[in-house]
Amino acid sequence: MARISLKNLRHCYRPNPAAESDWALKRFELEFSDGSATALLGPSGCGKTTLLNIISGLLKPSEGSVWFDDRDVTTLPPDAREIAQVFQFPVVYDTMSVYGNLAFPLRNRGVPGDAVDRRVREIAAMLDLGDMLDRRASGLTADGKQKISLGRGLVRSDVNVIMFDEPLTVIDPQLKWRLRSKLKELHRRLGITMIYVTHDQTEALTFADRVIVMNDGIVVQAGTPVDLFERPQHTFVGHFIGSPGMNLLPATLDGGVTRFAGHAVQIATAPGAVPAGAQLQIGVRPEFVSFSGTGIPVNIEKVADAGRFRVVETRHEQSTIRLLVGEDMPLPSERAFLRFDPSFTYLYADGWRQGGGPG
Amino acid sequence: MSGRTPNQKAWFLVLPVVVLVAFNAVIPLMTVVNYSVQETFGDNQFFFEGVTWFEQILHSTRFHEALQRQLLFTAIILAIELPLGVAIALAMPRRGAWASVCLVLMAMPLLIPWNVVGAMWNIFALPDIGLLGHSLNALGFDYNFTRQPFSAWSTLIAMDVWHWTSLVVLLAYAGLSSIPDAFYQAAKIDGASAWAVFCYIQLPKMKRVLMIAVLLRFMDSFMIYTEAIVLTGGGPGNATSVLSIDLVKIALGQFDLGPAAAMSLIYFLIILLLSWVFYAVMTRDEVQ
Amino acid sequence: MKRIKWLLPALYIVFVLLPIYWLLNMSFKTTNEILGSFTLWPDHFTLANYRTILTDPTWYTGYLNSLTYVLMNTVISVALALPAAYAFSRYRFMGDKHLFFWLLSNRMAPPAVFALPFFQLYSAIGLFDTHVAVALAHCLFNIPLAVWILEGFMSGVPKELDETAFVDGYPFWRFFIRIFIPTIAAGIGVAAFFCFMFSWVELLLAKTLTAVVAKPIAAVMTRTASTSGYELGLLAAAGALTIIPGAFVIYFVRNYIAKGFALGRV
Repeated sequence: MARISLKNLRHCYRPNPAAESDWALKRFELEFSDGSATALLGPSGCGKTTLLNIISGLLKPSEGSVWFDDRDVTTLPPDAREIAQVFQFPVVYDTMSVYGNLAFPLRNRGVPGDAVDRRVREIAAMLDLGDMLDRRASGLTADGKQKISLGRGLVRSDVNVIMFDEPLTVIDPQLKWRLRSKLKELHRRLGITMIYVTHDQTEALTFADRVIVMNDGIVVQAGTPVDLFERPQHTFVGHFIGSPGMNLLPATLDGGVTRFAGHAVQIATAPGAVPAGAQLQIGVRPEFVSFSGTGIPVNIEKVADAGRFRVVETRHEQSTIRLLVGEDMPLPSERAFLRFDPSFTYLYADGWRQGGGPG
Repeated sequence: MSGRTPNQKAWFLVLPVVVLVAFNAVIPLMTVVNYSVQETFGDNQFFFEGVTWFEQILHSTRFHEALQRQLLFTAIILAIELPLGVAIALAMPRRGAWASVCLVLMAMPLLIPWNVVGAMWNIFALPDIGLLGHSLNALGFDYNFTRQPFSAWSTLIAMDVWHWTSLVVLLAYAGLSSIPDAFYQAAKIDGASAWAVFCYIQLPKMKRVLMIAVLLRFMDSFMIYTEAIVLTGGGPGNATSVLSIDLVKIALGQFDLGPAAAMSLIYFLIILLLSWVFYAVMTRDEVQ
Repeated sequence: MKRIKWLLPALYIVFVLLPIYWLLNMSFKTTNEILGSFTLWPDHFTLANYRTILTDPTWYTGYLNSLTYVLMNTVISVALALPAAYAFSRYRFMGDKHLFFWLLSNRMAPPAVFALPFFQLYSAIGLFDTHVAVALAHCLFNIPLAVWILEGFMSGVPKELDETAFVDGYPFWRFFIRIFIPTIAAGIGVAAFFCFMFSWVELLLAKTLTAVVAKPIAAVMTRTASTSGYELGLLAAAGALTIIPGAFVIYFVRNYIAKGFALGRV
């Protein structure tokens, strides 16, 4: 169990970086509290695997340091950091049995036989692998093998952090949720610090207490799933999270009044000073848009059924605005007016949210 | 081969290969079988002789001695080339400029036509004008491969090791390259020693590739002819007359299609049998 | 410890280079000098041998002919072997294990007496003395080798990779080319090089199936060896030159063989 801190971190894969774009990870300060479950969420290439490998010690950062509690571990190799990592595809020792696989890390550290046996059986029971201990590891299905990978990490009682690098990629879709729930259950039970890397928002939002959204080598926003959903700090978070993503509409700001297509729009927090020449956008999630008597006039274009609700696509001049409507609610005919819930409507300049507030 | 799904349509994928290989294999084979059971006195006149040739050959002591020499030769070079090749592949850098240099240099012996290989080593090993021969004698060894059986054997083996170990190296190296980095990373995290990494990751993952190397070297060493005959001519006397050399001597001596064809078939069947044994043993634990 | 590891490949390379150095040494000498004395470097350095080869059409067409049919064979062998190896690796079908071994068995036949039947067969279909004939004939032992090697590497790729591609909606050919092939790149590199190599050095069939038009370099060399006694200097130069095309081939596939391919992200 440990608190992990990253200070002044920057990483470049090439020896002589010239431009800012050469850096895989731009300046980083991050902290993972002891026993937390954090997800690193972002698209391919955003740097999340780089970050993971720096924490685990498989990669040494170009600049900055990594701290476990109060120890600087930046120069320590992976086996000295007491970490565990579950990879994208199952890594098991084919020639050994399930028992042998789980016992391997302990035996390498010279733990006596009966302690090994006790621990292996304990972990196997937790992972529902108890009755497969004598089977050859190579004979298990993909999710079984991932459980073995996970087990090898859990079996060591002094593990500081467990890291997951998109572990559900090769798992059957039907079994994904089962493994996901198992991971959450294990976290609650064992309280080990866990860091989970993924590009799938469902995995991130259901697994983690705190989600760190990354894009292009920087942290775009870090917060609870609710935070990210209700108060996105960046347009990227707005459209990456949530399905459908946030509506982004071109905006203007004059005399402290935000306008979309000439209509005044109330937003959650006063914008204050906005950088000159910045591209302004109003962001509001479809969940917080509703029909009303007055407001922004739109034409209804499309209605898509999504189970318990419907996604209505409307149009005002060049802009498309989506909103969610309950399945039983009546829809106005072609023309209607939309209202944006001011508590959840924000102004973005060059992608970044303007105005103070939590998040 | 675990986890394979039954699918008879897979035959379509295999068909082009089967057709092309069978075209080259079946008709000539049938021709040879045809010759092997006949006697000819020239003028395209053939008389059916049945298994006469086969019996003659299989009962001759000369044949048995040649077979023994062959088995000894094959055993020795397998024992040297396989561990050596694997060890070199493990020790080579996994990527980068040096890896390329190693690969290109090691590939060279494989590319030289076999008659040139034999001729090269012949000159190389000559006691007076060859680098090897001259040096060995200068160091005090009494070395003359044209006259001493032991020297001849050593030279033959050295030539084969020089020629073919690179094949094992290339196969093993490619096999090692295919192991994803994640396995090495996981092993590091698990605190595995270098020996454990070799036993539990590298060796199992190279199993199939090593099997190919073993069978290939086994088969090819049994068929060795050109290099050996150019190097020693089978001598001194009969000392290095491995199986194919002896068979060709007999065939040329008798100048007959019948015995020659029969010999080729026997030869082929021996290799087939031994390879089948090898193959069955190595794939036995794959019937999952 | 790491330093010592380098010693083994280094020593082996020295061992490999010694006879080659001797070969080069000979190639710059006259035959008389080779047979007459022992010198580490030619007393009378001469390029005459190389000049002969590079200017005499009989010699350099030998190289071109060999190169032609060998490249044809390599492409055919690897191209046909890929689907077959995939079938052996991923599917179970009637007679698969025996078919696989039968393929292997085609490499177990000593060529000596098969030469005549081959000659008859290819003459009968009118392909005598063509590059195509040798390219096809060499498929006898190269295709099984390619299938064998490729199957070995394909079996190292877990089936889960295939399945994730299907789930993501990739059509099969796209999955095969964009994802599967890069994963087995080391196998393809090695298979291609071996096909090239075994076809390049094969003498008997190549000699039997050709006369003038498609005569390979190995045949030209044996002709030299027999007619004028042993023109050692010339032979040495010719031998040295035969290394070059293959060196190019392995240089081109080196990135396939050497780079460690982590399992591709789908």
